[in-house]
Amino acid sequence: MIPADWIYGLLGGLMIGAAAALYLLVNGRIMGASGITGSIIDGTGPTWERGFFIAGVIAAPLAYAAIWGVPETNLTSNPMLLILAGLAVGVGTRMANGCTSGHGVCGISRFSVRGIVATCLYLGAGFVTMYVGRHMLGAF
Amino acid sequence: MRGLFALLAGALFGAGLTVSGMTNTAKVQGWLDLFGNWDPTLAFVLGGAIIPMFFAWRLAAQRQRAVLGNAIPGASDPVIDRRLVGGSVLFGLGWALAGLCPGPALAVLGYGGGDAWLFFAAMAVGMLANRFSLPQEVQA
Repeated sequence: MIPADWIYGLLGGLMIGAAAALYLLVNGRIMGASGITGSIIDGTGPTWERGFFIAGVIAAPLAYAAIWGVPETNLTSNPMLLILAGLAVGVGTRMANGCTSGHGVCGISRFSVRGIVATCLYLGAGFVTMYVGRHMLGAF
Repeated sequence: MRGLFALLAGALFGAGLTVSGMTNTAKVQGWLDLFGNWDPTLAFVLGGAIIPMFFAWRLAAQRQRAVLGNAIPGASDPVIDRRLVGGSVLFGLGWALAGLCPGPALAVLGYGGGDAWLFFAAMAVGMLANRFSLPQEVQA
């Protein structure tokens, strides 16, 4: 029996890929969440197109919550952890010019060397951080 | 038109992130907990997302131009530099600490409360800090 979570994972993944395909084939853009967000925040590319994209990303889960109930986030409420994590994700994704969506989904699917290398590195760093933080330090 | 399709792509992305469990930090941290109680769901998410994009890139290569007229973004030079390596490692570390990457960080803003906003604010500061401390590269 296949766990339901895996089916939802695959279904949601197909939706994410379809969104990236739509943004590529219709708008002619790479669907990278860090690039879209970062270029608005730092003023390097604040376009209406990117603003509308972000509005959609925020609005759809609200519609989901209204119909099926608020999804659980299980997000930590430790402010130091949130700040440290947010800073690392913000600096890291802009330095590397991409995150899970840009390097991962859009990069791997076109066999981009940079996308594949980036994905291996952030996954590896994530595995090590979880091991050290959870099993050695018991921090989270 | 450009805004409308960006909104649609964003909404599909946001819905996909929610359905797949990417906005549930416990599942993301479970996936990164390779040496503990490992949760393979994210492999289905990434795999599912790559499938439509694989075909989208093939279609894009034939068309050269997007439906709305602009050129399909070309592949980046396969340059593995310090920014890509360092940025990806830093991103992986932050991703593991809180269980959020940039896409889901946006998706939970509407319902995740103050903790979600604190993470987002720190990520925004990180993105800004990167902009003003390091030379900017051409946007992916």
